[in-house]
Amino acid sequence: MSQNNVIPIEHNATQDAQKTRHPGLNLGPAHAHEEDTREEMVFGFWVFMMSDLIIFGLLFATYVTMLGGTAGGPGPSELFEMKSAFIETMLLLASSFTFGMASLALKYREDRTRLVFWLVVTLLLGVAFLFFELKDFHTMFDNGGVPSRSGYLSAFFSLVPLHGLHVTGACIWLVALLGQLAVYGLDAPVKTGILRLAILWHFLDIVWIGIFSLVYLGGLS
Amino acid sequence: MSARRLNEHEARECKTEQRSYVWGFALALVLTLIPFALVAFADIERLTLWVTIGACALLQVVVHLRFFMHITLDKNKREDLLLILFTVLILVILCGGTLWILFDLYQRMLPNMMP
Repeated sequence: MSQNNVIPIEHNATQDAQKTRHPGLNLGPAHAHEEDTREEMVFGFWVFMMSDLIIFGLLFATYVTMLGGTAGGPGPSELFEMKSAFIETMLLLASSFTFGMASLALKYREDRTRLVFWLVVTLLLGVAFLFFELKDFHTMFDNGGVPSRSGYLSAFFSLVPLHGLHVTGACIWLVALLGQLAVYGLDAPVKTGILRLAILWHFLDIVWIGIFSLVYLGGLS
Repeated sequence: MSARRLNEHEARECKTEQRSYVWGFALALVLTLIPFALVAFADIERLTLWVTIGACALLQVVVHLRFFMHITLDKNKREDLLLILFTVLILVILCGGTLWILFDLYQRMLPNMMP
């Protein structure tokens, strides 16, 4: 690709202590032209993420208070499988890493191939995660673990599928961003969209740490 | 060539950031494998097991925030960190209160709801 539109940046002392403007990876001075608006939009998204964290935190608390409410129905040890929980964890962790690689490709590379490559890998990992999660729920249903069976299962199915729903939303958003990337190229809204989706994606991985530790490992130990 | 031409500073920054993501991934992987391995293979006391799982989870959250979300203790990033800390404060009050009140009720009135 062209090497002409390199934005010259002089290396000086202030650059080493470069100001970071928002959570997540900052694109830096080479992408300066819409940075001011991006700062607000990404920080605003961060505020939304934190409110989402409150919802998840309270659903975790509800889940813990309902641990004893199995009402004679199946409990964690009968319903959960370590193997699939482990596979889901690995898929989501790997997808977080590949999204990080996509962010770096966005920041440091002119062409879109590598960015699109990492985004597509992330999307595939996300879809694989959803596939295993749905398979899990299917197995649970077969073993009598339906949401209406007990208070415990109602709490489980309000917490874990809500996370799955978030991942579904993030995957749809990723597809939409890939479409925008194809139609509009790497313009400012697309870049901002990728930055925000990166925050959502890493955030969902953090929520999953809570789910696999508390719900799955806590339930199986 | 496909790469944007990076100046010296950017090239250095790129390397550092790449390494940071790899480190984050490696640390998160270790902190995931430890609790899974303990639950699958080790035969230790339940309470110790739970404390270890909890500690690994907390550490992993910090690793994700630091290496993937780039939340650091730098002065110029305080707003993001403050927002997290405030959210955690709200969560501690709400979740702690919920658990306290409900388990107190269980103990007094619904002993069979105790897990």
